[in-house]
Amino acid sequence: MALKRREKDLTFLEKIYIPEIVKGLSLTLKNMFKPKFTMQYPEEKFIPPASYRGRPVLVMEENGVERCVACGLCSRVCPPLAIEVQAAETENEKERYPVKFEINMLRCIFCGLCEEVCPEEAIVMSKDYELAFTNRKDALYGKDKLLTPVMQLQDRIDFLRNYK
Amino acid sequence: MPKFVLDGKEIEFEQGQTIIQAAKKNGITIPHFCWHESLSVSGNCRVCLVEIEKMPKLSIACATLAADGMVVYSASDKALSARNAVMEFELINHPLDCPICDEAGECKLQDYAYSHGAGESRFNEEKTHKDKRVPLGPLVMFDGDRCISCSRCIRFCDEIAKEPQLTFVKRGDRVTIVTYPGKQLDNPYSMNVTDICPVGALTSRDFRFKARVWELSKTKSVCNGCSRGCNINLEVRNNKVLRLTPRQNDEVNSFWMCDHGRVNTYKFINDENRVDGPYLRRGGTLVRSGWDEAFAAASSELKSYSKNEIAFIGSPYATCEDNYALTKFASSIIGTKHIDFMRHVDQTFGDNLLRKDDITPNSLGAEIVGVVPGKGGLNLEGIIKGIKDGNIKALYLIEDDLVEGNHELQEVFAKLDLFITHSTNFNKTTELADFVFPASTYAEKNGTIVNFEGRLQRLRPAVATFDVDRALEGMSLSRWDKFGTKFDSWAEGNKHDVRSTWRIIVGLSGAMGHKLKYGVAEEVFWDIAKNVSSFSGLDYGKVGELGAKLKLELNTKTVTA
Repeated sequence: MALKRREKDLTFLEKIYIPEIVKGLSLTLKNMFKPKFTMQYPEEKFIPPASYRGRPVLVMEENGVERCVACGLCSRVCPPLAIEVQAAETENEKERYPVKFEINMLRCIFCGLCEEVCPEEAIVMSKDYELAFTNRKDALYGKDKLLTPVMQLQDRIDFLRNYK
Repeated sequence: MPKFVLDGKEIEFEQGQTIIQAAKKNGITIPHFCWHESLSVSGNCRVCLVEIEKMPKLSIACATLAADGMVVYSASDKALSARNAVMEFELINHPLDCPICDEAGECKLQDYAYSHGAGESRFNEEKTHKDKRVPLGPLVMFDGDRCISCSRCIRFCDEIAKEPQLTFVKRGDRVTIVTYPGKQLDNPYSMNVTDICPVGALTSRDFRFKARVWELSKTKSVCNGCSRGCNINLEVRNNKVLRLTPRQNDEVNSFWMCDHGRVNTYKFINDENRVDGPYLRRGGTLVRSGWDEAFAAASSELKSYSKNEIAFIGSPYATCEDNYALTKFASSIIGTKHIDFMRHVDQTFGDNLLRKDDITPNSLGAEIVGVVPGKGGLNLEGIIKGIKDGNIKALYLIEDDLVEGNHELQEVFAKLDLFITHSTNFNKTTELADFVFPASTYAEKNGTIVNFEGRLQRLRPAVATFDVDRALEGMSLSRWDKFGTKFDSWAEGNKHDVRSTWRIIVGLSGAMGHKLKYGVAEEVFWDIAKNVSSFSGLDYGKVGELGAKLKLELNTKTVTA
């Protein structure tokens, strides 16, 4: 079987390779003086825009009470069944509150349906994307980890009011 | 039979039936709030408006008698626009409470707001405000805002419970429901108003905020509160029974059940003091052991007594299968004739509606399947006397806390050399026992019970036990049950290591060297059907959802009804 020859052989310049190296290095050199996009994570944190869907959190009013009335709609709509809510009675005007609110962050897929369905604007997607656990128990986020002051969530809430 | 035409379909009816009744008989439901099959017609909600040919105006289907040749349209443009308008009126003052309302998910107003509502309100003025969170009675909570004034609850108290405790006061949009001054809504059937209330104005205080209704799985079962055997749904979430609701059975309980049955007959199932795994007494205290170990120890103990020293006490709380297995064990394996059970009768409990003085679900069943002393055998009194005299040295008791009902028995049972009991919970009786086998409750097993008038009804498992998988066992599944894994705290609940009494007896008989060949509860039932004449020809399929009447030869002692 005869060897198949290349249709167009390399020219002499291409064969010696050096011009190509110079071309490549000049590109590198040019980019060295352009503005940098790399972020020095984790020393430097990425702050996402309001449209970003980080981990879902519960909105805590300024008086320290959660907005959630434990209606269970987030729990019902959640496609991967990440949310568990147990309601109980309170003396407040709203009558009920979540005595237990647990999101299994191993199940959560950050789809944002919970915040979309919430009738009280009580669960919203935060900007927190730093989630790492070493065991299943740590991935269960209870009210202690979920409750977030309304001040910190204001831009997401404004975003929702504009686009929801 | 006279006929009329409803939406182009010819419908037969009986003279005197209203349009809505005839339609329902034929499987067509005309929307309604205030109308209820077993209450009088009130005709105040106006949602059932239908168009009738040759009638100048629309008529309400609940109060218009069907007539021969009538032509009715329940979904014509005219009828629909009237219904939509009525819905708009209903929703004017109704608060947007659905997120905090227990009725959400089973609310007629919610359903019709979807099908007939405009989706938005043209009412810009402020809604009326009435009292919220008013405890009308010990078990019922009232929310005035949500009430649509259909008067179902008032009519229920007047006509069914026969205790007129509720009434309307005020007029127009200020109308609200109150109890008569100085009275509470505390009749024994008060919680039925929470079922018939088409909105969330009347809700159960017992179930308040425990779960959303769509999270519950429903299992058709029978109430164990008395010998009426009201048909119920066991509603379960996370393997815990959260509430019981009545299930329609016109032969037994119609649409109703009493508050005692609804509130007091399920809590022990979820209780902390359930017997979990077999226990045997070592050095004075009950110690948890394995099943095989407990069976071996109990059988060797039983073998050390002569057959006339052993007595058996069945239970009117246990199923026919359990009691039958016990009689079989007593007669063919132990060979004793000393077998009986204790009746529990409370003369103050019964009434003319549903409640019966016999407060056990299956005393007739226990009697029919043979938990009665054999020829020359001792009855209950005889057994107790025998224990006192020292003639009976060993007692085998199933599913009945005899000591709680009769404290004198404490001293009597203390005299026993061997006391084996099956129990669902730890109680005064298990304190005295040498062996405590963990019995399934009525919510954890298949079985049948016989009510006071001889109707055989099915129990079905709603709560999974230690060695049961809900899906494989064919138990009803909620969405959570379907998709949960063992790593989810909301899926598996607290599974107890318990077995049906008949199954424990099968295990014990195996250890005694005479295996009873039952694999599932229905096999025990087939054996009953073969050997007990009243049960002949029956199987679980024939008992079905509504039960089957037994052919009773009343040679048995008349049961106190």
